[in-house]
Amino acid sequence: MKSSILTKLCCILIALFTFGAFAQNEEPIRIVKSWEPGIEKPTPVSLEGFSGEVLEVLKFDLYVQGFSFVTPDAAQYLISGSNADNVQGRVTDRFSKGSLLARSYTGASLRREAHAFADDIVFATRHDKGIALTKIAFKDEAPSGEGEIYVADFDGHNPQAVTHDGAIVAAPAWVPGRLALYYTSYKLGNPDIFYHDLTTGQRQAIARYSGLNSSAAVSPDGARVAMILSKGGSPNVYVCNADGSGLKKLTSTSEDSSPCWSPDGQWVCFATKIDARRRLAKVPAGGGEVRVVNTIGVSNPTEPDWSPDGKWIAFTSQMSEFDVCVVPAGGGDATILVRGEDPSWAPNSRTLICARRSASYRYALSLLDAPTKQFKDVARVSGSDSQPAWAR
Amino acid sequence: MKTTKLIYPLVLALAATLATTGCKHKPVGITKLPGQNAPQVGEPGAGGTMGGGGTMNTGENVQTGGGALASAETFDNMTPDRAALAAYTIHFAYDRSDIRSSEKPNLAQVAQALSSDPSAKLLIEGNCDERGTEEYNRSLGERRALAAREALAKLGVDPMRIETRSFGKDQPADPGHDESAWSKNRRDDFVLLHPKSGV
Repeated sequence: MKSSILTKLCCILIALFTFGAFAQNEEPIRIVKSWEPGIEKPTPVSLEGFSGEVLEVLKFDLYVQGFSFVTPDAAQYLISGSNADNVQGRVTDRFSKGSLLARSYTGASLRREAHAFADDIVFATRHDKGIALTKIAFKDEAPSGEGEIYVADFDGHNPQAVTHDGAIVAAPAWVPGRLALYYTSYKLGNPDIFYHDLTTGQRQAIARYSGLNSSAAVSPDGARVAMILSKGGSPNVYVCNADGSGLKKLTSTSEDSSPCWSPDGQWVCFATKIDARRRLAKVPAGGGEVRVVNTIGVSNPTEPDWSPDGKWIAFTSQMSEFDVCVVPAGGGDATILVRGEDPSWAPNSRTLICARRSASYRYALSLLDAPTKQFKDVARVSGSDSQPAWAR
Repeated sequence: MKTTKLIYPLVLALAATLATTGCKHKPVGITKLPGQNAPQVGEPGAGGTMGGGGTMNTGENVQTGGGALASAETFDNMTPDRAALAAYTIHFAYDRSDIRSSEKPNLAQVAQALSSDPSAKLLIEGNCDERGTEEYNRSLGERRALAAREALAKLGVDPMRIETRSFGKDQPADPGHDESAWSKNRRDDFVLLHPKSGV
């Protein structure tokens, strides 16, 4: 464990240096504690004075961000308040006795006020931006195989169908910072990729080539889309502009699937086969040499997703079962977190959403706190919910 | 292990300038669908609006190689006949897309049907069992369909008469969850396409 402390110290130093380099603008220098996947202890808190839906929301939101619930004498932070007409809350550090937060929330549903309080708790105790008011998109599938794309609150509540295609749909991807999605729909017969503006309801096909058009992934600046097309005779990674123009083939490797972007927009990471082994690999987004991303200790990696802070790649490994794993973005030792598939990072670069198979082979979406491995299913729409994408 | 973990914060610091070129506007197959009402979706917490109009890295347009597919429009206005070749479905080994010799007689029958009807075209639907992740299977199903297309080309069928479609694991032939079902689901179905009468 000595090495782990040393690692953290180095991370903080490098983080300081990095923030310092960009600190000329506005943000004060802030030290964000780094974590190791799967081995961190949850932060013990006590919750007093809340009831019903508000209590439920607070417990859910905090649990999936690495908090645990204990009695006040065992807690690090004391969270108290009320939810009679609106949510009021306080957070106190039990050791310093200092008040970290005292706030009253109005003007929204109790549920939304509770989410807002949860975000404030995360910021007060961890100096980290909460995720309780974020959105997800996913695919809801009926036993027939047909389904619709949905968006919902991050906890699965308030689901709304985006498509009404009555067709096979797949692989929704958010445009960063906008209410817009790319996804695959078989509405016109073939798997085609559509761009769908959720504010206007307008959509258009941006990839309707012969063969496979699927697995859209949007660059961090929203200007480019990576995808899998088979128009060249095998499924490979392509990139185009947001409207489908300027198509360029990026890879000629075999058995490619599931591209994602590095947060700096420089790389596209994807699953492929190299030297008869399934690997994760990355290619410069403008074209260039494909490089392997090592995932030591696990095999058959697919479905990579690069964390918004650039540090990690989450992915699915298939050995005897499907496992959600993370690996440092440069490659290295992989850590198995939980059974599950198709992880997508929250904007906090800490929580993941993934799909877990039930005994009946249906999927349910689950939220997973990568440092503590705490996970909980989100509210289910119906049928089988999979291919989650976190808005960020 | 220790040293690799020291490297990842440095990834943060990586930034390079994009080679920028003027954007070419060549919209491809843009087709608006009718009847889409705006879903009322609340504001996401994901932050502000994106500024559009940034510079883009366009690169050159794709040159399609020898194995390239015919354009999707070639197969519009065709009537699918699922019954004609239903007996010649071919099956695959787990996680494989190569054609086993046991499946070759069926492919020969499909080639025969196409050569005896020069106006007909062919849709090959690639499918997978439910093991494997979803988009991996969508690629695998496509590879299975493409493998049959290539084999038919070797039997003398013009590959430009053939379109491929992958359903991944979304259209199992058998809904069961055991090897007996899975072996039926790892398949290519062949759908004969006839020109619409009067066209």
